[in-house]
Amino acid sequence: MNLFRNVVFVAAIAGLVAGVVLACMQAYATVPLILKAEVYEQAGGGHHHDHGAAPAATDTNAMSTIAPAGNAMSSAAPAAEAAAPAAEDEGWAPADGFERFAFSVLANIVTGIGFALVLVAVSEFAGGIGTWRQGVFWGLAGFAVFTLAPGLGLPPELPAMPAAELLPRQIWWTATVVATAIGLGLIAFRKSLPLAILGVLLIVAPHIVGAPQPDSFETPIPEGLHHQFVVAVTVTNLVFWLVLGAVVGVVRGRFTGAAANLRDSFA
Amino acid sequence: MTTATVSLGASVSSQSRFMQLALAALLGIFVVGFVGFSHIDAVHNAAHDYRHSMAFPCH
Repeated sequence: MNLFRNVVFVAAIAGLVAGVVLACMQAYATVPLILKAEVYEQAGGGHHHDHGAAPAATDTNAMSTIAPAGNAMSSAAPAAEAAAPAAEDEGWAPADGFERFAFSVLANIVTGIGFALVLVAVSEFAGGIGTWRQGVFWGLAGFAVFTLAPGLGLPPELPAMPAAELLPRQIWWTATVVATAIGLGLIAFRKSLPLAILGVLLIVAPHIVGAPQPDSFETPIPEGLHHQFVVAVTVTNLVFWLVLGAVVGVVRGRFTGAAANLRDSFA
Repeated sequence: MTTATVSLGASVSSQSRFMQLALAALLGIFVVGFVGFSHIDAVHNAAHDYRHSMAFPCH
């Protein structure tokens, strides 16, 4: 499992660096907008996590939650509402402030390493990311696959924004990512016109099918705030992917360089 | 980097190479999937701002 170990090692370093960078960018660019949106959300009567507006009695989430801890997210709600049936109860949540920020940083680092594992493993099939410059192009591909393509059909959304059922959106998101990745791969690594055309078709297909959309787009969130958020999410993700690719290139270059030197010294 | 074929694991067979890379990719997909797509409430709430900031389908 030598190769596996090396992939994990490179991915861990790159994911850690890019995850910390992304968390810092989010703290300044996206999280303040989410907090602003939550003010509108609470003014509009609490969290809208359940879009079917299910009555409390049928809310399985609430029923399965034993001993509800202090829910920081809904603590701003009036006492009467908090005492009302547990429709608002969404289980444990980090307390606002440092705890919430710390969990965001953790999520960024953990998924940064996850994305890095995918990036390093897939790029190894194509010969590996040799330099930071190659890494930047792999990063651009990652951005196109994981942010740009799914973001066209399902733009970044703020709390209190209407959306279709969660599961169909997750399925569309995943299918779009897979189709875009295969499409880009066919264009980039198969030197054949029919396969390149197939690649383009694969990239276009999810958008012809179309992402699941909500019945109504009515929202208390101002248009300007949402637009600002879409820009912030897209740009922060672009930088994340460029950093991730570049760091993979640098770390992997040093790694293979060191391995070659080790081989030489044993020879 | 003397040649273009320097890889992270030069001495493994192509089948083992495929398996190890596929395993690494699957591990990454699992990690991202758990943090970003899990329907467990506590996981959703912990990574709430992250999910919104990554434009993952949320709520």
